[in-house]
Amino acid sequence: MSENRPDPDALLAAIQDQEQRQGRGKLKVFFGMAAGVGKTYAMLDAAHARKSEGVDVVVGYVETHKRAETDALLEGLEIIPRQKVEYRGTTMEEMDLDAILARRPLLVLVDELAHTNVPGTRHPKRYQDVIELLDAGINVYTTINVQHFESRADTVKQITGITVHETVPDSIIDLADEIELIDLSPEDLRRRLAEGKVYVPDKVETAANNFFRVGNLTALREMALRLTAERVDHQLQNYMQIKRIAGPWKSGERLLVAVGPSPFSEQLIRWTRRMAYNLEADWLAVYVETSRALTADQRATLTRNLELARDLGAEVVTTAGDDIPGTLLNIARQRNVAQVVMGKPVHSPLRDALRGGSPVDKVVRASGNIDVFVVTGNPAPTSTPLFKLDTRQTSNLSQYGIALLAMIALTVFELFLVDLASYQLFGLLDLLVVLIVAVYLGRGPAILAAGVSALAWNFLFIEPRFTFQISQAQDVLLLVLYFAIALFAGNLTARIRTQERQARANAERTMALYTLAHEIASAVDMDDVLRSAVAQIGRIFNGDVAILLAQDGALNQTPHPCSSLAMDERELGAAQWAFENERSAGRHTDTLPSAAGRYIPLRTSAGSVGVLGLRLREDERLTFDQEALLETFTNQVALVIERELLDQAAEQAAMLRESERLYTALLNSISHELRTPIATIGGAASGLLNPATASDSTNRTALVQDIQIAAERLNRLVENLLDMSRLESGRLTLKREWCDVCDLFGAAVQRMVGALGERPLQIDCPPDLPLVQMDFVLVEQVIVNLLDNIRNYTPPTTRVDLRAEVADGDLLIRVMDDGPGIPNAELERIFEKFHRIPGTPTGGTGLGLSISRGLVEAHGGKLTAENRVPNGASFVIRLPMGAAPPPVKEAAL
Amino acid sequence: MSEGVHVLVIDDEAQIRRFLRISLEASGYHVLEALTGGEGITRAAQHRPDIIILDLGLPDLDGLEVLRRLREWTATPVIILSVRDDDQGKVAALDAGADDYLTKPFSTDELLARIRVALRHARPEAQDSTFRVDELEVDFSRRTVTLRGEGVKLTPTEYALLRLMIQHAGKVLTHQQILRAVWGPEYVNETHYLRVYFAQLRQKLEDNPALPKRLITEPGVGYRLRVEIT
Repeated sequence: MSENRPDPDALLAAIQDQEQRQGRGKLKVFFGMAAGVGKTYAMLDAAHARKSEGVDVVVGYVETHKRAETDALLEGLEIIPRQKVEYRGTTMEEMDLDAILARRPLLVLVDELAHTNVPGTRHPKRYQDVIELLDAGINVYTTINVQHFESRADTVKQITGITVHETVPDSIIDLADEIELIDLSPEDLRRRLAEGKVYVPDKVETAANNFFRVGNLTALREMALRLTAERVDHQLQNYMQIKRIAGPWKSGERLLVAVGPSPFSEQLIRWTRRMAYNLEADWLAVYVETSRALTADQRATLTRNLELARDLGAEVVTTAGDDIPGTLLNIARQRNVAQVVMGKPVHSPLRDALRGGSPVDKVVRASGNIDVFVVTGNPAPTSTPLFKLDTRQTSNLSQYGIALLAMIALTVFELFLVDLASYQLFGLLDLLVVLIVAVYLGRGPAILAAGVSALAWNFLFIEPRFTFQISQAQDVLLLVLYFAIALFAGNLTARIRTQERQARANAERTMALYTLAHEIASAVDMDDVLRSAVAQIGRIFNGDVAILLAQDGALNQTPHPCSSLAMDERELGAAQWAFENERSAGRHTDTLPSAAGRYIPLRTSAGSVGVLGLRLREDERLTFDQEALLETFTNQVALVIERELLDQAAEQAAMLRESERLYTALLNSISHELRTPIATIGGAASGLLNPATASDSTNRTALVQDIQIAAERLNRLVENLLDMSRLESGRLTLKREWCDVCDLFGAAVQRMVGALGERPLQIDCPPDLPLVQMDFVLVEQVIVNLLDNIRNYTPPTTRVDLRAEVADGDLLIRVMDDGPGIPNAELERIFEKFHRIPGTPTGGTGLGLSISRGLVEAHGGKLTAENRVPNGASFVIRLPMGAAPPPVKEAAL
Repeated sequence: MSEGVHVLVIDDEAQIRRFLRISLEASGYHVLEALTGGEGITRAAQHRPDIIILDLGLPDLDGLEVLRRLREWTATPVIILSVRDDDQGKVAALDAGADDYLTKPFSTDELLARIRVALRHARPEAQDSTFRVDELEVDFSRRTVTLRGEGVKLTPTEYALLRLMIQHAGKVLTHQQILRAVWGPEYVNETHYLRVYFAQLRQKLEDNPALPKRLITEPGVGYRLRVEIT
């Protein structure tokens, strides 16, 4: 029962596949075994059929090779003109991708899917153009021959002896919604060839004749048929899964292929891909990094291999460990892999025996219930030489030279000592120098030094001297031992050094990551983060870095100021593409590889937030490791930017909340403050209109006074609101002038004297107080507000004191009362807008103190409140005095 | 003295006009009204009022512009109505020839006092050789100042300042007007001279220099010698 249940993962994948296809264009592939079977003809034929159904069809690129019957079919179809691309002095024609995207037809015909574009166009391969068309929602008809599929390329080579250069990843066939096999028997095809109906470039006619042998064609035909059959099988499976038809469900098998820095790995990868496809299995490509360092060539091959695996749909895993078999099997068990694919060893059995068996043997022995496939590879044309210097650590020629010089110098030195010491001592001395050479110059120079020194020792010092002969058997043994020890120790030392260097590289990488993470965590703002990221990435990859950020959903064309990479039109184009498509573009990628820099989108959960550009100072492909590191870095940077954006959003939300709170407080306060005087005025006015009330003169006066007081209150409120809005809008400009503080007091009291009523007022203003620069009107307003505050919140007989003094270069103005004072907890809060000490009478606007503080702060001063002993409150305005006032002149009269 | 005096009110607010009309007519003035600056200028030309009350915020013309156009052909006193936070507007209007200003809201008493001061300065009369207010007496012919019968010693600059304020008693004078008149046109920005000399004058002439009764500071505008004119 449970056997028949559809695997949920498989079902999900099928549904996702369906979903992904909605909204994107449909791909139909006209597929044949070889050129000349009539794919283009069939495609054009189908296009006409679509057109007659009313479908908007255009020709993106069709090559008829001047065959009349095919040419005729082009008639009546709209053709998008090809773009002309200059390359090395010649003008080439390519499909105009942008023109098609701009034209947006429903269906476009694109011939020869495996075509390689001229450098300088957006993508290196035409199939990548097609993917972009599909992504844009345009349906595509295209043609391809079986030999162009990547996984079939080496089989084709085996059969026909022809290396296929133009290949497409097999995954493109998974993208196809429909595949039409254009089949022709080999005999018919040969007949067409004889009739000249097959396009063959003149030069390669003989080669072509070779290719079109019946044997070859039969093999290719079989491959084409098989590929189609596999594909149909797939479709059926998918269909059954979606329709929940129970069937022989696969067990979700998983394959693992061991990948190394050898060209042979490529064949292993293709083999595994075919097998995985047939089994409908996922597959992993695993590279185990050992302490052995790779040469530049090996690194390049490895990177190519891993990329191929990824292109072919593998999940690529790289891990570190010196025990390759153990590590492989570990991963296999962890990931539930049923089958492991390995290459047949190419080393001599002797070497393997010395190492306790080849890795394959070890895997087979320890594999337990995992199946192991051992695949034979073709001996690569560049087979490893029989004897090869172990170049685990690359030493250059000059290092060999130095080693040689060191040994010569040592030998000369020894020649001087020859009478003082025995020749055995020289052997030990030589050994010491060989070790030193191994440490500083590496393995190769150490082996050279060991050899040279052994010869020199023999020749110069071992009896009989100045011959290579050795008289005593003991000396022969000594020499052999010396050489063996020198080799062994040199080798060992060099290896330790390599490991140490690798450890250092690892430590550096970890350190770099740590530094970045640390700096990011401690950076104050985004600019800081980006600056440190640019510096770190630039240093580690030895390149120039640019960061472009998104602004309102579009990429800002000006790089962030911390960027070290200059951007021109082409670079910006690549960056823009990377941003829009959320995929890497530029150097060493499939899109706009002619750009100098590599552009990686900064992806977050909310989409791209920008692009990071990196141009290496030396134009090298990044190794797989570096790629991973770069990806980690960009992820970090993207995370930080996302964090920053979230912070900003949160801040905005908080501001919004605060402004809503204030708005509510304002409404509550204002409506109360407005209503009370309005009610008073309304009531008093109706009283005055009533003859009964108005006839009494005392009543009349009282009512009119009420109106007057209410109007004053309203006026104060409006003035406060205006002041507040001026302060908050930032439009407040100070009109600083030299002011006499006593004058200021006088003016303020003048305005408030009526309002203060019976409160005794004491003004304490030393006449020798210097003039101070300030905005007279605004500071007067502050004092008025403070006096108004006293009026509102103190009993009617409270003493009021105004005092000015100079302290510590500041002007202190105190507005004091001997009223009840302010609860200590409220001393600071009373300056908040609309804050009212609980239990105090209403009447103020709740803005006066807040405005006052704002005005004082605009002067660069401070306004604080404190309590007096024994009772009362004191408001202290502290203003900086600044320079002494200029001298005053008598008038010339 | 308000008999037969014509007041032209140029203000677009009907309620302000109404309040001004009631207050002014109750005091015996004849009131003319204009709703816009243009209409105000025409009415001023037609009716030759004795005094004009001009709101600075008019719908058609800037009040300042109306004032300039009036001043092109008439010296009729003009009192402007303004709002509190428009000190610059007030100063500009005063410097452009307005006689005084009132900040809205203002009381009827203030308005009538200003009108009386303005009218009095508009009427050319023989200048008295002495000026007396409270216990302060200034004899211009002898250049002496006495307070409560005792001579007060003023420096020449203080005396010049005091004389200027007395010549314009009751009227506001802007900082620039005072500086130009006493020190000269190149000193119009030296407002700190005024701070120092007014402080000195108050020390010498006011009972409580911290709370002056006569030499009044008009914040952001200038100074006024307060006198009661009936």
